[in-house]
Amino acid sequence: MHIVVCVKQVPDWDIPPASFKVDEAAKKVVPPPGVAPVPSQFDAIAVEAAMRIKDAAADTKVTIMSLGAASARDVIKHGLAMGGDEGVLLVDDAFNDLDSTGTATVLSSAIKKLGDVGLVLTGRQAVDWDLGVTGTLIAEMLGAPVITFAKSVTVAGGKVTVERVLPDAFETVEAPLPAVVTVSNELGEPRYPKLQQIMAAARKQVNQWGAADLGLDAAALAPRLTLERLFVPVTDTKVEIMEGDTPEEQADALVRRLQEAKLI
Amino acid sequence: MANGVLVLAELADGAPAPITAELVGAAQRLNAGPVSAMLIGSGVEGAAARITGVETVYVVDNPALAEYTNDAYTQAAVAAAQQAEPAVILLGQTDTGRDLAPALAYKLNTAAAMDTIALEMKDGRLHTTRPAYGGNARAVNSFAAAPAVATVRPKSQDAVEGGSAGRVVKVDFAAGAVRSHVTARTVASSEGVRLEDADVVVTGGRGLGGPEGFQGIEELAHLLGGAVGASRAVADLGWRPVAEQVGLTGKVVSPTIYIAVAVSGASQHMAGCSGSKNIIAINKDPEANIFKAARFGIVGDYKTVLPALIAAVKKAKAGA
Ligand SMILES: Cc1cc2nc3c(=O)[nH]c(=O)nc-3n(C[C@H](O)[C@H](O)[C@H](O)COP(=O)(O)OP(=O)(O)OC[C@H]3O[C@@H](n4cnc5c(N)ncnc54)[C@H](O)[C@@H]3O)c2cc1C
Ligand SMILES: Cc1cc2nc3c(=O)[nH]c(=O)nc-3n(C[C@H](O)[C@H](O)[C@H](O)COP(=O)(O)OP(=O)(O)OC[C@H]3O[C@@H](n4cnc5c(N)ncnc54)[C@H](O)[C@@H]3O)c2cc1C
Repeated sequence: MHIVVCVKQVPDWDIPPASFKVDEAAKKVVPPPGVAPVPSQFDAIAVEAAMRIKDAAADTKVTIMSLGAASARDVIKHGLAMGGDEGVLLVDDAFNDLDSTGTATVLSSAIKKLGDVGLVLTGRQAVDWDLGVTGTLIAEMLGAPVITFAKSVTVAGGKVTVERVLPDAFETVEAPLPAVVTVSNELGEPRYPKLQQIMAAARKQVNQWGAADLGLDAAALAPRLTLERLFVPVTDTKVEIMEGDTPEEQADALVRRLQEAKLI
Repeated sequence: MANGVLVLAELADGAPAPITAELVGAAQRLNAGPVSAMLIGSGVEGAAARITGVETVYVVDNPALAEYTNDAYTQAAVAAAQQAEPAVILLGQTDTGRDLAPALAYKLNTAAAMDTIALEMKDGRLHTTRPAYGGNARAVNSFAAAPAVATVRPKSQDAVEGGSAGRVVKVDFAAGAVRSHVTARTVASSEGVRLEDADVVVTGGRGLGGPEGFQGIEELAHLLGGAVGASRAVADLGWRPVAEQVGLTGKVVSPTIYIAVAVSGASQHMAGCSGSKNIIAINKDPEANIFKAARFGIVGDYKTVLPALIAAVKKAKAGA
């Protein structure tokens, strides 16, 4: 079976909140100097889900697909080092600043172009925009069923079986292939590529396609949502630190303040 | 002409869930025409009369909707939306809303703004504000397509309780192909106060060092009549159940008192608790981000601070 994993390149989210900056005029995030972009967290976990399927069925082919800047080749290489077989890089000026519908249109067109895909895996949400819609939109565009928030994904007999994580429940859901599954962190840690695998990944094929290769024009990518403004909210909370020479004094001070504020 | 606001009603134990009244409140405040609700499920028609503050309740009641599936619920919501012809559709950012909104929007040739915390009509178009970048930024979106579909973060909107019940309209619905099926379902059991409804939440983070660290957390929560919460790091490590996770990908809570113990206060965690009225932070690192959002703080090792706090609360309770 052929699995496509969609991996987005995002600014590193693991930075101190104080170094998070936005260029309001450009409506863009300005990463701190020297901090390289990374594969979106849940997308690396989606690659892990694909590799577990491949571990169980060696005839599985895994394609790592990313839409973004030319630098997105790095996140494809990372997926290939984890054990992916081939990459598809989707770069074109026409792909800049797409909304989710446009993003899903490009990704689903590339998946259709591959032709023989049985399963598409995405993250539950990209860690930058956090929308959590692209997987579902790809499914709609492919006419395939979608199962969101997977904690495990197994494939057998033309069906995918997914354990879903919900805030108050676990569900097991089945759907016929081809299908789209969005993966959550409860699936587990992504595997760490070994040096040998990183070297092997450098030799794996990455195809690069643009709008013309996919038969897409500006009308097909017209936005449905417009970004009006991007800004950093100001918070003006000032913390009152409890003084005291011992934990007991600090705790007593806190309880006193809570009583004064009629909170307990 | 499309007009008005349609909200997706959700039920909990047969009665409207809190998110329903929050959505009705948000919809009324938009001042964008009549507010109606859609109620989807099997055997739910009786609950329609309990949804208040709306003119009409569109009920899609069908055995195929007994269990939530993306296919069946999308079809049902499309049917209700086509009958109601709203300009705006609001859903909760809940299990159901998260899964349903993008598919519903796509089927209606429009788009969904997810996890919004503020909504307003400007020049007749819906503008939504949502956290992005794990809560570090805010993004304001407007719609170039119609109807405008948005999910609304729980507890971000004041609920409207009371008011009269709406006229009930049954929506004709024949379920089409349903491709995915739920074969098993286990509900996480929680004892005591429900985390989302608790007036006091005591949350433990990775700094507790292991599941044993939660003994004090449980004791303090119990003393204050509250619920236990966990950071994602803790849930990922398996120290606590996922059902206790607070944050962007967990639950949203807004208690009167939120005590965060050995939690660093990552933006994605704060996304689930920043609506709390009083955040109290206990952390050994005075630079921890949690102190930036807290009203009261204790800098120290939880191993000594937590027992002292438990003792002080007990003393205060005994004195009261
Ligand atoms: C009005 C508006 C304007 C925007 N303007 C900009 C802008 O100027 N610049 C900008 O960078 N972003 C912009 N965005 C965000 C951009 O549209 C989103 O990145 C896109 O909608 C996908 O949503 P998401 O990132 O939240 O992904 P989600 O829907 O949360 O992603 C879910 C999963 O889909 C897959 N996926 C998503 N995107 C990709 C990708 N590019 N390649 C491979 N897989 C992917 C991943 O597996 C991911 O885990 C804008 C968004 C809106 C709504
Ligand atoms: C897209 C995305 C979604 C996410 N969703 C969520 C979410 O829903 N909820 C969530 O919580 N996180 C979420 N996260 C993860 C989040 O970024 C943080 O990694 C996580 O919240 C950290 O958990 P923590 O504070 O328990 O651990 P840490 O960040 O490791 O913090 C531990 C803290 O304990 C303190 N400490 C250590 N020892 C002691 C001691 N003896 N006494 C007192 N203090 C001590 C340390 O000073 C430190 O501040 C998400 C991340 C991403 C990228």
